Amino acid sequence: MNLILISLLTLVLIGAASAIILFFVSKKFQVFEDTRIDEVEAILPAANCGGCGFPGCRGFANACVSADKLDGLLCPVGGNVTMQKVANILGKTVKESAPTVAVVRCGGTCENRPRLNDYDGVKHCFIAHNLYSGESGCSMGCLGLGDCEIACEFDAIHVNQTTKLPEVDENKCTSCGLCVKACPKLLIELRKKGPKSRRIYVSCRNEDRGHITKKSCTVGCTACTNCLKACPHEAITITNNLAYIHDNKCKLCRKCVEVCATKTIVEINFPTKKAETEPLTIKGI
Amino acid sequence: MKTFRIGGIHPKENKFSAGKHIQVAKIPHHVVIPLSHYIGTPSEAIVKKGDNVLVGQLIGKANGFISANVHSSISGKVNKVDVQLDASGYKRMAVFVDVEGDQWLPSIDRSSDIIRECNLPKAEIIKKIQDAGIVGLGGATFPAHVKLTPPTEKKAEILIINAVECESYLTCDHQLMLEKGEEVLIGTTILMKALEVNRAVIGIENNKKDAIEHLQLLAKNYKGIEIEPLKVCYPQGGEKQLIDAIIGRQVPSGKIPIEVGAVVQNVATTFAVYEAVQKNKPLIERVLTVTGKNATQPSNYLVRLGVLLSSVVEQAGGVPNGTAKIIGGGPMMGRSLMNLDVPMAKGSSGIVFIDQKESIRKPAKNCIRCARCISVCPMGLEPFLLMAQSERNMWTEMENNRTMDCIECGSCSYTCPANRPLLDYIRYGKTTVGGIIRNRK
Repeated sequence: MNLILISLLTLVLIGAASAIILFFVSKKFQVFEDTRIDEVEAILPAANCGGCGFPGCRGFANACVSADKLDGLLCPVGGNVTMQKVANILGKTVKESAPTVAVVRCGGTCENRPRLNDYDGVKHCFIAHNLYSGESGCSMGCLGLGDCEIACEFDAIHVNQTTKLPEVDENKCTSCGLCVKACPKLLIELRKKGPKSRRIYVSCRNEDRGHITKKSCTVGCTACTNCLKACPHEAITITNNLAYIHDNKCKLCRKCVEVCATKTIVEINFPTKKAETEPLTIKGI
Repeated sequence: MKTFRIGGIHPKENKFSAGKHIQVAKIPHHVVIPLSHYIGTPSEAIVKKGDNVLVGQLIGKANGFISANVHSSISGKVNKVDVQLDASGYKRMAVFVDVEGDQWLPSIDRSSDIIRECNLPKAEIIKKIQDAGIVGLGGATFPAHVKLTPPTEKKAEILIINAVECESYLTCDHQLMLEKGEEVLIGTTILMKALEVNRAVIGIENNKKDAIEHLQLLAKNYKGIEIEPLKVCYPQGGEKQLIDAIIGRQVPSGKIPIEVGAVVQNVATTFAVYEAVQKNKPLIERVLTVTGKNATQPSNYLVRLGVLLSSVVEQAGGVPNGTAKIIGGGPMMGRSLMNLDVPMAKGSSGIVFIDQKESIRKPAKNCIRCARCISVCPMGLEPFLLMAQSERNMWTEMENNRTMDCIECGSCSYTCPANRPLLDYIRYGKTTVGGIIRNRK
């Protein structure tokens, strides 16, 4: 009887002592967490893609709550709708940002850019890029091995097996930027989606001089400056033998598309023109 | 017979061009002399369009300590200084020269007399080697003068001459030793003087018995030079493997051979040193093996730098029928050439034609953890693990598992029964980890 009593008492004592210690410890080391972080996180798309530049959706929610202003913070997957909801919860204002979409800046299909050798190594762009310049004569063109396709978490980019070029499904693309990071040739860029999804861009990254580019690819930018002269909005610059259209200045007038000698500048989702000029619309890119 | 302790394989030797005399390759009408090397900063061109150059004239100045001078290998007029595709398809600066005659700089001694005496002081020898633009001709093209000027607190005890030529097919060093044995030994003496060491060992694999006998006979007249026959084992030509094989010391991870008191130079480099110091002739030509199972004439050529490989191949009977892959260098460590219009560089040691049957990569299957890659790895690494980590972008773990020690010998890929592309992934990981380490500094 005595034994039971002693053990019982000891247990009660130990329990009480631990409870007191734990109480003070939890007071001392209590971590205050803003409940709004949970609320914001619940609204976010939970893709955890990292497109916002923070580690996962919770990281982004944390950044939104702790930031004074929401400027510069954007969830590319949720877009303006989600950001508005976040702003409502936090009582902050958010500027509407133009939606962007990934574009692949290479037009070197098997037809336009003949393959000169066969790559039989590991079918990954990063390994092929580490080894050599690629199957075609253009050392800056798409390798076509589909690292962007593997990187995409939204099933929005696929390598077309006939052209060997990746094509972006703009309805699925969230412009999270995973493919941009995956491409060793730095071909993919996030560009403004534009009104009615209409876009114009230079579909080339080749920085060789014109005559060298021409040898390897029929649709490579030769920096002929036709577009530069034609552009009334000063939206085009040419650096390192490569033209680039700045999407914040471009008014989508399509003058550059008409004058482009090599058909490097592509237009997307524009209504087709009169029949005699062959429209250069690449579906989905 | 000695060899290194860890790992190693023995691929089929296939030395078809062994015993074939070194022929002097014809000089084409145009040459493209590359200004950049595999390792180190590219040299700076000091000639411009329209300049006349002579054989042996300096056309590219070394840019920094780990860089080497480039000399014109032919005489003629500079056409342009422009980009040229290298063997991996990327653009590198090069000097394009149109050949006119064959006029040499008057200071170069072109006679075939062997000059044995060398009374120059140490600093002068190293200066001459540096001016001559000599780099390691084994393939890594590391500037030779850098190896000869070790940090002051380190002292070299032994000079090791790498005449192993463990790669299959290649015979350029073998033939050089047979035909220029005397010069190689004089070059060794000069290097010993530059390093202030009393002992030099020339390591030769036992499949080159004639070269071993030839050099052993000649070496009797030279003090301090030993010839060491080695058991045939790939990759014995690796610097660290050779040191282990000859003096039984292991270079610690991430350290250079001087740490254990050794300096290693390739046998072709030794010959180039002889020519530079005794004959004032800069590095403008080297021996190249053109070979392959179906090759019409497997042969060794003395080729001027900058000559397009296509012209050498033409002299050797052209590309044989059924060739699916052409490798620049040896079949184990060399890389496939994108096309043959790449210029001869200082590190080019061979052109190997591989036929359709042998060039096909078998489909990779799952790793069965047989650990064969571990047992053959000469650096004691775990290739299967490194590959798995590279696939998953685990760079920190790769660094901790000493991926930077990998010498890219390819023994793991060669031996894998599941045909896994181990080296492809490890090489990618090594490049990435190397970049991370460089950025940290």
